[in-house]
Amino acid sequence: MDAVDLARWQFAIVTVYHFLFVPVTIGLSAIVAWFQTQWVRKHRDEDQRLASFFGRIFLINFALGLVTGIVQEFQFGMNWSDYSRFVGDIFGAPLAIEALASFFLESTFLGLWVFGRGRLPEKLHAATMWAVHIGTLLSAYFILTANSFMQHPVGFRFNPTTGRAEMTDFLALLTNPVQLVTFPHTVLASYMVGGAVVMGVGVWRLLQAKKGAPDVLDATTGSAATSDAHMYRRAARVGALVTLVAGLAVAVSGDVQGKIMTEVQPMKMASAEGLYESSTGGAPFSLLTVGSLDGQSEKFSVTVPGLLSFLATGSVNGPVKGINELKASYQATYGASGNPLVADSAYVPTIPVTYWSFRLMIGVGMLAALGALVVLWTTRGGRTPSPSGRRASVWRWSALAIPFLPVFGNSFGWIFTEAGRQPWLVFGLMSTKTGVSPSVPAWQVLTSMVVFTLLYGVLAVVEMRLVISAVKAGATPVEDLPDRDDDNAPLAYAY
Amino acid sequence: MELTTVWFILIAVLWTGYLTLEGFDFGVGMLLPVLGRGTDTADTERRHRLLLNTIGPVWDGNEVWVLTAGGATFAAFPNWYATLFSGFYLPLLLILVALIVRNLGFEYRHKRDDLSWKRRWDAAIIVGSALPALLWGVALTNIVHGVPIDASREYTGNLFTLLNPVGLLGGLTFVAVFLTHGALFVALKTDGPIRAEARAIATRTGVVAAVLALALLGTLGAERGGALSWVASGVAALALIGGLVANLRAREGWAFIGTFVAIAGTVAAFFLLLFPDVMPSSLDPAWSLTVTNASSTAYTLRVMTIVAAIFTPLVVAYQSWSYWVFRRRITVAQIPA
Repeated sequence: MDAVDLARWQFAIVTVYHFLFVPVTIGLSAIVAWFQTQWVRKHRDEDQRLASFFGRIFLINFALGLVTGIVQEFQFGMNWSDYSRFVGDIFGAPLAIEALASFFLESTFLGLWVFGRGRLPEKLHAATMWAVHIGTLLSAYFILTANSFMQHPVGFRFNPTTGRAEMTDFLALLTNPVQLVTFPHTVLASYMVGGAVVMGVGVWRLLQAKKGAPDVLDATTGSAATSDAHMYRRAARVGALVTLVAGLAVAVSGDVQGKIMTEVQPMKMASAEGLYESSTGGAPFSLLTVGSLDGQSEKFSVTVPGLLSFLATGSVNGPVKGINELKASYQATYGASGNPLVADSAYVPTIPVTYWSFRLMIGVGMLAALGALVVLWTTRGGRTPSPSGRRASVWRWSALAIPFLPVFGNSFGWIFTEAGRQPWLVFGLMSTKTGVSPSVPAWQVLTSMVVFTLLYGVLAVVEMRLVISAVKAGATPVEDLPDRDDDNAPLAYAY
Repeated sequence: MELTTVWFILIAVLWTGYLTLEGFDFGVGMLLPVLGRGTDTADTERRHRLLLNTIGPVWDGNEVWVLTAGGATFAAFPNWYATLFSGFYLPLLLILVALIVRNLGFEYRHKRDDLSWKRRWDAAIIVGSALPALLWGVALTNIVHGVPIDASREYTGNLFTLLNPVGLLGGLTFVAVFLTHGALFVALKTDGPIRAEARAIATRTGVVAAVLALALLGTLGAERGGALSWVASGVAALALIGGLVANLRAREGWAFIGTFVAIAGTVAAFFLLLFPDVMPSSLDPAWSLTVTNASSTAYTLRVMTIVAAIFTPLVVAYQSWSYWVFRRRITVAQIPA
C-alpha cells in the first residue's frame, strides 16, 4: 500500500469510528434534555432518574466522541495537506465555525449540566442540556456544509493564478442543495440512534425490573421494583416512538436525497445498484445479488421492477444513466482535459462497497423501525413483555442488539456516501489521490494508522464495558441536593 | 488594518485562550503525583479527586480553544495549516494520543471503584498532560525559531529536527510555566492543607519557570526581536516575577493573574516575533510562509471576520459565566463518597 491507500484507510477507520459516537450524542442529548425538562415541569422522580441514568450513558459515549473528534480536526492537515491547500479557502471556514459556534457551546454547557445540578436553578439546569443539544445540531450543520461541498461544489471559482478553489458565495455554500437534504437525513438518523438506545436499554431494564415483581403495574401502590417497571416501560416507549417517527422521516428525507444525488452525482446512484447499462425507464432495484457485481458475468438477484427508477427520479418509468455511459462521459470531460487534478483511469467507485452499503443502510434502518413498532405494540395500554420463558431471552438479546442497528445504519450510509464519491475528493475538481500530504512518508501514515487503530480498539472495549455496567446498575434514586447557599456542602456531582 | 493582520491577531488570541486556560489544567494534571500524595491510600484518593474536581467543569471548554485555533488557521491561512500539520506529523500524533487518554482519564477514572483502574487513568492524566505541554512548547518555539521549509512550502525536516536546543528549551519552559500556573490555580480553587502546599510548589517551579522563560524569550528575541516583541517579552517576564512575589505574600488571585498574563505575553511575543511571517523557513527567507502568501482570499477572510465578531464575544461571555458558576473554593471534605 502506498501513502494514498494508507491515508484513505486511516480516514475511513478514524471517521467511521468517530461517527459511532456522534449520532448517539446528537440523539441522546435531546432525549436526556427532554426528561430533564419533564422533571422541572412535573417533579416526578422517574423523570430525574431517567435523565440521570441516560445522562450517565450519554457521558461515557460523549467522552469518546469528543476525543476522536480532535483527530478529525487535525487529520486534514496531517494526511491531506494538498487537499487542505487546494480547498482551504472554502473548506476551512465551516470547520472553524463549527469549533467556534458549536464545540464551545457543547463542552461549556455540558460541564454546566454535569457539575451544575444543585448549583444552578432547575430551569436553567435543564436549559444547559438543550444548549448542548443545539451545539450538536450546529456542529452537524457546519461539518455537513463542508462535506456537501465535496459532494457537490457550489459557491466557488477555480483561480488559475493561485491554482486553488476559492469561495465566492458563502450563502450558496450553506444552502447547497445536497446540504439541505443531508442535514435533516443525518440528524433524523441520529434521533433514531438516540431513540434506539433509550428503547433497548428501557426494554432490558423493564424485564429486569419485572423479574422482581411480575405483572404488577400500579406505580403508586407497588413496590420499588414495580415503580421501576413503570419507569423503564415509559423509557422504552419514548425511545420506540422516537425511533419510529425518526425512522419514517429518515426514509422520506433519504428519498428526496436520492433524487438530488441522481442529479448531481449520477454515478453514485448507478453504483448503488451496480447498473452498468443505462435504462430508458423502469429500471429495477435488486434487494440482493449473488455473484459478481462487475456487470460481466451471470448473476442471481431478487429485484423489484421500476424501483431504481423511482428512487432516482420519482417515477417508475424514469430513465437512469448507467455506469458505462457515465464513465465514458467523465472520461471525455475530465480525462481529456489534461488537468492532473481530475485525471483518473476509471471514474467508477468500488461497486461491491457502494452496492452493499446502500442496501445494508436501508435494511438495518428498517429493521430498527420495525423493532420500535413491535415494542410500541407489545407495551400498548400498560402491557409489558413477560420476563420469563424462552421469549423473554429473545427480548433481552434483541433489546441489547437494537441500538446497534441504527448506529450501523449511520455507518453504512456514510460508507456509501463517501465510497460512492470516489475517485473524487471534491466532485469534478480534485481526485482523492492528488489530495494527500506530499511531505509525509508512507511509514508515518502507517504508524499513525496502527496507533489509532490499536488505541481505538482498546477504547471500544473499555467504553462498552462501562456502558454495560451503567445499564446493569440501573437508575439510581433521586438524591437530596445540597443547600445551594452553603459553601461547605458536599458537591452534588464530583469526579 | 489588513484582514490578514486581523486574522493573524485572532489566531494569536485563540492560542492565548488555549495556553492560558488549558495551561493550568495541564499543570493540575502534571501535579497529581505531587499535590495528590496523601498520608494513606484513602487520603491520596481524596486529594486526587479534589484536584481533578477543581478543573472538572472547565477543562473541556478550555481545550476547544486549540480546536478553534486549528480550524481558524485552516480557514484563514490554509497554507500555514497544511505545512504545519503535515510537517509536524509525529509530534502532533503524540499530542493527539496524549489528549485522548488524558481526557478519557478525567471522564472514566471515577467510573469504577477499583484502585488499579484509577491508578492507570492517573498515569494517563499525568503523561497526557505533561507530553502536550512539552510538545506544544517545542512546536511553537520551532515555528518562531524557523524550520526547514522548501520552495514548494513543504517541511523537509523530521521529528529530531524539532528537538533542537532552542525547541527543547521552549518545551521545558512551557512545562515549568504550566506547572506553576496549575499550582496557583489549585491554590486559588481549594482550601485546606493542599492550598498552602500548592503555593509552596508554585514558588519552586516558578523560579525555574522564570529562569527558563527569560532564556527562551532572550534567545528568540536575539534571533528575530523587534521593539514590540521585546515589550511583550518584558511584560511576560515582569508578570511572571510579579506573580511569584504575590504568591510569596499568599495573594493567590494576583499570583494567578501574574502567570496568566505571563503566558498571554509570551504568546504575544511569539506572534510579534513571527509577523509578518507565519512560518519562517530556515533554508531561505524567500521560502517562508507569510500572512500574505499563506492566506485565504479577502472574501473568505471577510466572511470569517463577521462570524468571529458574532461568536467570539458570545463564547467569552458564557465561558466566563461558567467560571463564575464554579467560582467557589472546594475542600476534601466536600468530595462525596
